[in-house]
Formats: sequence, structure tokens, C-alpha cells
Amino acid sequence: MTAQPREFLKTVIVGHVDHGKSTLVGRLFFDTGSLPEGKYEAIKAMCERRGMPFEWAFLMDALQAERDQGITIDTAQIWFKTVKRDYVIIDAPGHKEFLKNMVTGAAASDAAVLLIDAEEGVREQSRRHGYLLHLLGVRQVAVVVNKMDLVGHSRDRFEQVERAYNEYLSGIGVTPTYFIPVSARNGDNVATRSTAMDWYDGPTVLEALDHFQVVTQPDDLPLRMPVQDVYKFDQRRIIAGRIETGVIRVGDTLMFSPSNKTARVETIEAWNVPHAPIKARAGQCVGITLDEQVFVERGEVISHEFHAPVESDVFRARLFWLGRKPLEAGNRYKLKLNTLDARVTVQSIEMVIDTGDLSTAPADQVERNAVAELTLRSDRMLALDPFTDAPRTGRFVLVDGHDIAGGGIISMDGYADQRALRTVRATNIQRVEHDVSEQARSRRNGHLGGVLWFTGLSGAGKSTLAVAVEQRLFNLGYQTYVLDGDNVRGGLCADLGFSPEERAENIRRVGEVAALMGRAGMITLTAFISPYRSDRDRARAAAGGDFHEIHVKADVDACEQRDPKGLYKKARAGEIPDFTGTSAPYEAPESPELVVDTVNNDVASCVDLIVDYVRRHMVLDTQKVVGK
Amino acid sequence: MDHLDALENQSIYVIREAFDRIDKLAMLWSLGKDSNVMIWLTRKAFFGHVPFPCLHIDTGKKFPEMYAFREQYAKEWNLHLLRGECPPVEEIDPSLPPATRSAARKTAGLKAMVEREGFQGLFAGIRRDEEGLRAKERYFSPRGEAGEWDFRDQPPEFWDQFNTDFPPGTHLRIHPLLHWTEIDIWRYTARENIPTIPLYFARDGKRYRSLGDQDITFPVDSEAATIDEIVAELETTKVAERSGRAMDHEAEDSFERLRADGYM
Repeated sequence: MTAQPREFLKTVIVGHVDHGKSTLVGRLFFDTGSLPEGKYEAIKAMCERRGMPFEWAFLMDALQAERDQGITIDTAQIWFKTVKRDYVIIDAPGHKEFLKNMVTGAAASDAAVLLIDAEEGVREQSRRHGYLLHLLGVRQVAVVVNKMDLVGHSRDRFEQVERAYNEYLSGIGVTPTYFIPVSARNGDNVATRSTAMDWYDGPTVLEALDHFQVVTQPDDLPLRMPVQDVYKFDQRRIIAGRIETGVIRVGDTLMFSPSNKTARVETIEAWNVPHAPIKARAGQCVGITLDEQVFVERGEVISHEFHAPVESDVFRARLFWLGRKPLEAGNRYKLKLNTLDARVTVQSIEMVIDTGDLSTAPADQVERNAVAELTLRSDRMLALDPFTDAPRTGRFVLVDGHDIAGGGIISMDGYADQRALRTVRATNIQRVEHDVSEQARSRRNGHLGGVLWFTGLSGAGKSTLAVAVEQRLFNLGYQTYVLDGDNVRGGLCADLGFSPEERAENIRRVGEVAALMGRAGMITLTAFISPYRSDRDRARAAAGGDFHEIHVKADVDACEQRDPKGLYKKARAGEIPDFTGTSAPYEAPESPELVVDTVNNDVASCVDLIVDYVRRHMVLDTQKVVGK
Repeated sequence: MDHLDALENQSIYVIREAFDRIDKLAMLWSLGKDSNVMIWLTRKAFFGHVPFPCLHIDTGKKFPEMYAFREQYAKEWNLHLLRGECPPVEEIDPSLPPATRSAARKTAGLKAMVEREGFQGLFAGIRRDEEGLRAKERYFSPRGEAGEWDFRDQPPEFWDQFNTDFPPGTHLRIHPLLHWTEIDIWRYTARENIPTIPLYFARDGKRYRSLGDQDITFPVDSEAATIDEIVAELETTKVAERSGRAMDHEAEDSFERLRADGYM
């Protein structure tokens, strides 16, 4: 029988340009006897032909263009072996302009070796590469301080570089696995222990590599299998995909997100095997059939019913941008999330992060090779996993034009799971038709029923205005009623707390109640911050056509100055987490029916504006005009 | 999951991704050990089916054993075989060194076929470990309107999200075996019992490690007459796989010129 394949580890070598990546690789190869026959001699001959000293780096540089410029443009991959196992070494370019190639190489790796020149110290790409390794999910990092021969093998200099770089890495929550002083050119601490640096007692580069673990797709996380395709080669309808995490067994009930459908696994299909499998695990590309015909398509995420992904049409992300054109707020891109393609809009850019010193700044755009935090909104519901829970599925790329232009990791901080909000649990529902029509009600009242939905920051004046408008409309003979936050919290929503999901449920209930009251003929006024567009859109849908969104507009500074309930003060003191406007987002309406600016207008003129709106939009032309 | 299973699953993912994303697809079948593994993986991906045509770009100068293999397995594996003719060497860029010029016939034959059939995606069974330039390839590699490869400015590719969008008039090369090595191919061929052309096995102290046109492909010294012996040989050899392929060695940049122009 053929000898079993050995364990195999993928390592990327990164770092600032000229810090000696290709030299280290050349040396590793030579020292482990991995060079093809005649290669050493060929490079030696080539260097002599060009009148230059022997150059280890040429081993990696197969391209003519790269040899001429003496730099690596794209990743190169070469294979070598130690006593323990086989390796592929991915040599990533250190030039800023080739960052997309560094990302390509690093993202595929189990571990990374990051080089820093002992003489030059920590440079721009040393930091940027360290930051990106973290974003890309590479957790095993050996920092190699190279060219120790140029600093007299000085322990002080090594520790200086180690301190400086550790200080940076701790800022992003990274602890490197090893720091190794090396002279790649001379082979010190590469494969053999250096006699020139006997003060160092850690592992050599080769020993460090052998200590790293092969990264596998985890079985013990909740099941995720994005649907890649559906095949119908014969009468079977086979759902194809790769299990990213978890395990599937025949007989399991699967949930499809975001369609919210469920079905049981009938078979796990396989070709050219003696027995049909009854179980498949993470990393396997499988095909399954279901016990009933449910319509599912590429892009849906398969999970079990418990531990399903979050459903939302909006999410936050930390993103690195590689596009030719800057990413701008308001721009639309194609999102590739697992196997799903969807259109997304950049709703806001929260901040751009300087990977050099980790400082952050507000921005309207993200330049090429920069990192930013932003909020993306999709036209459709998405199945999302936060990256911290699910590194395999909690990441995405953006496509600009024809090219992949950026990658990001998902966070749901401050955003609710919308699954429960759109799931109808009751069955056997039959609507009762009223004999009294809405037209009849509005004829008697002299006006239409409907919802005036006030939205705005805390302190913008929603309740003040709603109550004043109610009083005025009542005096004018309108049927009207105010639903206010603190009031519904005492009864209708007394069971709800303040988590993102509970806040969304609170708004859902208010939206449904307001819609019912509107249908009953009332002009229903609601006064809730309702910071999320998706929640307000749901309320709008509940009310049918009779929904009027009123943006009560005042900026955070003005609201904080007013602070009628003392909430901003508490929020700033850290007593209220996720406070809208300071630590949680407020998504202003995109096209509200009415905007009322409470900074530049007094209460009376704001009330006039709203009452005037009601007269123009909620009174039927053919009816007597109330209160004229 | 062992190493071969991991390789297999990654390839199946790439093959299925191409099948879903690209309308007009074909697979290049050179009849060699790598493209036989590629077809095998395709049958695994699609439960016994090969749901697109297999192209053999025929220079007319292959070994007789290769033609016999093609006829037998095209039938046995139920392949939709398309045979592409290559223009005579006189029509090829005379500035290329002789063997490189001869190999470039294949590129010309391929271009003609792609143009005629309107293929938007071509599977090719190249591997990164074969040669330095191929090491820089992507799984989904865009080609220009004339089939050329811009290796100095390739799009990024990570997290198994591939560049499946491409401008009209261009096409994609898809490389499902990119992450395999020569020894992986042999171990997998043995494990799965995949048929192989006998030229790979040593006779009279010589065997072919890589198969191409008869006049520009040469056998290497070897006693390996079975797959197990080939694997044992590869575990210790320091001779490059393509050392028997003349066009790789005529000039420092001959293979780079071939590939940039659209060679596999």
C-alpha cells in the first residue's frame, strides 16, 4: 500500500519590503535539503552572470520581471518538508501596492511568519500586515527579527524591536506565539541554533513552524452549510454545498435561512462508495436530499433549528479595502456572503482606522489598502453570523465592477435578529371581514385613520410634539390618540427588556397596535426613538398605505443639551449601554413624509406644520373639512 | 479528514462553484495524470456525471498510448469529447525558441476552439508546485480578450470567494488542482484506482514524469514501474517534474512567454 500522506501546514511569510522574506525562504529550503537538484548551482551561475553576490531570494522569484526589480509582486508558493511534516510556504509581497496579493496569500494560511529588519525596526507594512493577519483570522504568528548580523547580534536591539512590536500588537488584541532573532543570510536560528546569539533560548524558525497546528474546519460549532447549488441530474433533487462547521446526519431537521423553511435529511448522496453515508462533517462537500419538496436555492444557509444564524438586512463590519476606486458612503456594491450574492449600500462609515498607530477618524470614504468600520444595508434579508462566533461564515467580500475589492468581518453589535419578528407562529388563521368599512368610518369621522410615526433621537421633541398635536387635533374634532414609549412599556410590552431583539419586538408591537387603531379610524401618533430603518419599515408595512413617517430632527449635541430625562448624562457615564446617538446608531429616515426641525423652530410652529400636514393628507377632498 | 480528503473537497468546491456561476464551461483533458484526476473529481462533484464537454487540444503529435487511452475512457466515463485541431508550426511566432514555438501550437488551437464554441470558462489541471509561474495562479483566473494572462495585476482571491464576474469577450480559467502536488496526484490515483497511461511507468530504466508532444517530451531515468514505486521515488527525488519538457528550459523566460499568451 502507498505510504500515507503526512500532515501538511500552510505558512505565509509577510513583512515590510526588503526585510528579507525571500532570503529566509531560500535559506529554509537549503537548510532542510528541499532544493531541487541543480537549483543552487543554477542560481549561483545566474548571479555570477549578472555580476552580483549570491542571492537566496532568487529561488522564490520565478518571474523575470520580479528578478529585475528585486521585489516580489505576487505570492509565490513552494513546498518543503521537515522530519515532522510537509509544508507549503507562501511568500507574500511586502510592497503596499501589492497588498491584495499579500491578502490572497495570507488568507489561505494556517500560520504566519512576520519578518522585521533588526536594523530598520518596525515599519509601516510590519504593522499593516500584523493588523491584516488578525482580520484575516490567522492566529498563529511567529515574529522573526531578521538581519541580526547587521546589529552585532545585539540582545538589546532584539528586545527593543520586540517591545515596540508587542506594544502595537497588544493594541489589536494579538499575542504573537514567538519572537525569534535570526540572520537568514547566514542561517542563524533558521534551521540550526545560532552560536552568535547564545543569549536566546527559544525555538529556531523551523522548530516554531513544527509547533504550529494545522487549522481544521470545526465539527463542534453549530452546523452551517451554505447552499451552493441544487442538482437535478435525474429524479433526485440534490442540494449541494460544503459543511463549513458542524455535522449533518440523516434524519436531522434542517432550517434554511433566511427563507425560514425546514425539512428533514432523507439521504446523504455519494458517488463510488460502498455504503451511503449517514453522517457528514465540517470540510466535506456533500449533496443531500430532503423528505419533502421545499424550494430552496443557492445562498440559503442550512443550520439546525437551534443555533440558527441571525437574520437582518443590516449589519456592521470591519473591512479592508483593496479596490481601485475608494469605497464611499452611499455607494452600492455586490456582497458575496458565503454562497449568496446580494446588493448592499454603504449606509455609513463609522470610522477609518490607521493601521500605523491604530488611531481612528471619521470619514466619507475608504481609500485603497485602508481599514474601516462601517454599516452595510441590503435590499433583502440576510443570514448572518458574527465573526467572533463563527469565523468561517462570519465574513464576506465586496465586489466593485468585476473585481473582488474588499473583505470584511461581521458584527451584529446593536442590531437585532429579525427572525422572530417576521415569523408567524400561529396556524389555522382565518381573517374576519368587517361589515363596517374603513370608508364608512372615515366618512363619519370626517377624516382618514392612520399612523403618524414620530422618529428621532432621545430629546428631539417627539413626545412633546405628539402630545401638543394630539391636543390641537382633538380640539379640532379629530379622533386621535398618542402611543408613547414609557406608557406601553408598563403593559403591552412589560415583558420586554432592552436588548436589540427586545427593542425591535417593542417597536413591532407598537407598529401593529398603531396600525389597528388607524384602521379603527383613529389618527394614531407614536413617539418612539425607533432608530432602525428595518423596524420602521415593518411598522409601515403593518399600517398598509396609511403610514406617515415624521422625522423629528435635532442633532445629538442639541438633544444632549436638552436632556429632559437625564439619559445622555447616564449614557455618558456608562450606565446605559447601547444608547442611541452616543453608543448605538440612529438610522435617519431616507424619505420621510415630513421632516420637523426642532432646533431652528419653536414648538408652536412645529405643531402648525404637522397639523397642516394632517389637513392636507388625511382629510378627504369630497368630505366636509373638519375644523375649518 | 486526512490530507487527500482535504485536497479533494477543496477541488470539488471549486468545480461546483464554476458550474454554478459560469454558463459555457469546458474541461481541458490532456489525458495526463492530472487531468484524469480532475475528471474523477468532477464525477465525484456531480455524482457520476461530467456535465460539460471535455476538450482535447490535439497537436497530432501525442504518443499512440495517449490516443488509445482517450478513445477508451471517453466512452467508459461517458464524456462529451471535443477535439481541437492545432495550426501548423509555421503559423506560430518565429521569435520563440523551437520547442516553445512547437508548444505554442496548443495555445493557438485552444484559442480557435474557445472562439468557435464561445466558452466562458475552461478548467485546466495545472498545479502550483509544477513550476514557478503556475505557483502564482488563482483558482479563478481571468483572461483577456485575446486569451492572455496579466500576471502582474491579478485580482485578489481569498476565503474561497472567487472572481466569477468578468467583462464580455473575456473568459476565465479555472484551476481546481492548483493546491495539489505531484505526489498528491499519485497517492490519490492509487487510492481511488484511477486509470493511467502506462507511459508513466518505467520500462528499460526510463519513464515519463510528464506527458506532452512526442518530439519535445523526454523520459527521465527511473526504475519506478508501479504507483507505489513512483511515490517512493518522488519522496526522495530532487529532479524537477517538468525537466523532461523541453520548452521550459530553452530560455529563462520561455515558459513565462507561453503562459502570458494563454498557455495552460
